[in-house]
Amino acid sequence: MTMTKRQSLMMRTLSSIALAAGLLLGSTTSAVASEEGGLPSAGTNVHDQAALQRGAKLFFNYCVGCHSLKFVRYSRIAQDLGLSEQDVMGNLNMTGAKFGDPVISHMPEDSAATFFGKAPPDLSLEVRAKGADWVYGYLNSFYLDPTRPVGWNNTVFPNASMPNPLWELQGLQTAVMHKVDGEEAVEKLELSRPGKLSPAEYQQATRDLTTFLEYAAEPAALQRQHYGIWVLLFLAGFTLLAYALKKEYWKDVH
Amino acid sequence: MATVFSRIGDWVNERAPNLAPTYRKHMTEYYAPKNFNLWYYFGSLALLVLVNQIVTGIFLTMNYKTSAAEAFASVEYIMRDVEWGWLIRYMHSTGASLFFVVVFLHMFRGLMYGSYQKPRELVWLLGMLIFLVLMAEAFMGYVLPWGNMSFWGAKVIISLFGTIPVVGNSLVEWIMGDYLPADATLNRFFALHVIALPLVLLLLVVLHLAALHEVGSNNPDGVDVKHGPKGNRWDANKPADAIPFHPYYTVKDLVGVGFFLIIAAFIIFFAPTFGGWFLEHDNFVPANNLVTPTHIKPVWYFTPFYAILRMIPSLFSTAIWGVLGMFGAIVLLFLLPWIDAGKVRSIRYRGTGFKVALGLFVLSFIALGAVGAGVVAEVIPAWFGNVDVTFWENSFGRLWTIVYFGFFVFMWVYTRGGREKTKPVPERVVYDHD
Repeated sequence: MTMTKRQSLMMRTLSSIALAAGLLLGSTTSAVASEEGGLPSAGTNVHDQAALQRGAKLFFNYCVGCHSLKFVRYSRIAQDLGLSEQDVMGNLNMTGAKFGDPVISHMPEDSAATFFGKAPPDLSLEVRAKGADWVYGYLNSFYLDPTRPVGWNNTVFPNASMPNPLWELQGLQTAVMHKVDGEEAVEKLELSRPGKLSPAEYQQATRDLTTFLEYAAEPAALQRQHYGIWVLLFLAGFTLLAYALKKEYWKDVH
Repeated sequence: MATVFSRIGDWVNERAPNLAPTYRKHMTEYYAPKNFNLWYYFGSLALLVLVNQIVTGIFLTMNYKTSAAEAFASVEYIMRDVEWGWLIRYMHSTGASLFFVVVFLHMFRGLMYGSYQKPRELVWLLGMLIFLVLMAEAFMGYVLPWGNMSFWGAKVIISLFGTIPVVGNSLVEWIMGDYLPADATLNRFFALHVIALPLVLLLLVVLHLAALHEVGSNNPDGVDVKHGPKGNRWDANKPADAIPFHPYYTVKDLVGVGFFLIIAAFIIFFAPTFGGWFLEHDNFVPANNLVTPTHIKPVWYFTPFYAILRMIPSLFSTAIWGVLGMFGAIVLLFLLPWIDAGKVRSIRYRGTGFKVALGLFVLSFIALGAVGAGVVAEVIPAWFGNVDVTFWENSFGRLWTIVYFGFFVFMWVYTRGGREKTKPVPERVVYDHD
């Protein structure tokens, strides 16, 4: 949160004007992240299989109670995360779904809507829609707010109807308020009661969880980058040959 | 084997004696000026992308579900469960954006070297028709994944027809087949996107090439090689400064294809959303008529025209002026061969006024693109602090809108009455052999 709003907007501007900048950043989620202004970098790497496995464990322990991944199948998770069928069916799948089934939360949608005022959204594409930085920032920005129906609020998504499911790990955050143009605003969040994890460990845990959701949003990311290298190498060779051929033929054009 | 093929060839020749000469005339022995530069790659690249869109499109339809209830999920099914589906889809979505990159550069080449001038007006008109159909094709294709930006983009663009007096509102309902973009809209857009418009597009491309081969290609010097000396190594009657398309331009275009595919593959495999420019973040959320995206904006290739629409204010209690301005921006391009009365084609020998005007025209296109994409509205508070963003965005956008239309007014005045001071055009093309 060190970057000022002005700086982050400048960055977004630069990357917008030079389309190529988006390319160089490599991450397809960077643009949307900085859009929100002042989000910390998620620092995810979907090729880190250990992080994906830790993230999956967190997801199935803390998230799947309310949120589905309706476009992701258990079998695909096993295949992509290097897990066996027993690992997935024994440790992750708690709903009795079949190995080839998609990940559907056990909570019926209508009762979820009664609990929270709004049905918890499917998270299959959350990272593609909001960006990894947004998800990571969101998971780190819950604070206690007695004025809200469920007692929680979030600085990244103000007035979200979701309580912090990871509060046991993070501890409890409260907001330090200050006045901006006569209105109360959150200046910063303070850890008023520590959780099971240290702040650094909690950040790592939410980074892992974000990594898993980034994978869930686009499982093809694992394959495309792997094949991409070979395709580019082939095309480089093809172009060189084509260039040599052109040179040869054009020798007799005067 | 060779005898089998030649016997088949003879058999065809006996029955269709004009087939082989026609093929030679339009393909292998089409004589093109020898001095083509970098700007002449984009025609063949556009053809390559067209083929890519058709082939990948066919495979996408095999798993896509044309229904408002299933479309979004079927695209994710293609992305996750169909073998190589992600590659096919990214080739199609990246191809759509690169189609416009290539076509914009191809059109700019025409402006630079006067390729629209007599006798190539028909080539230019057919090309502009291709551009128009391509925009309709891209718009309808963008609606098909049925994401939230698909829905709201469709709603905004279709409602433009509502500004037409008297029939406007009925027309909007007739186009959508409902009061909102809905299942009926999605189904008819699918039909138009995969059958009707591609057929028109292919026909226009054939006519564009036929018209071109009738008059012959222009070149960076704007010199008519057909009027120059005759006779070259291959044919005594062909222009001395022209070379047969095959093998010379086929091997040269192959190099262009290689470079282009490297760029395309880089995007497809490493940045398929291109930072939200080719596949927008809001379109990974299913269509929802109750939730409006924060910024409704079209995909990047429509943003210059969208900016003109937004920048022209409503007058006499109708917003039709913006719509007319947006379509007018395209109509004026159609009319360019008659607006520009200049006798010199290539920018190399045209007056300074033309060079400055063309430069400003390109800048206006980019600036309006930035306005339409909402980039300008973000830059203003970042660079200038606490100012009236709407006022400054409108001032900036309107200034460049005036420059855009001013280009055509300037061209009309400048190229008449001997105002343009041109340089002498050489007798033959300039070709530096390296």
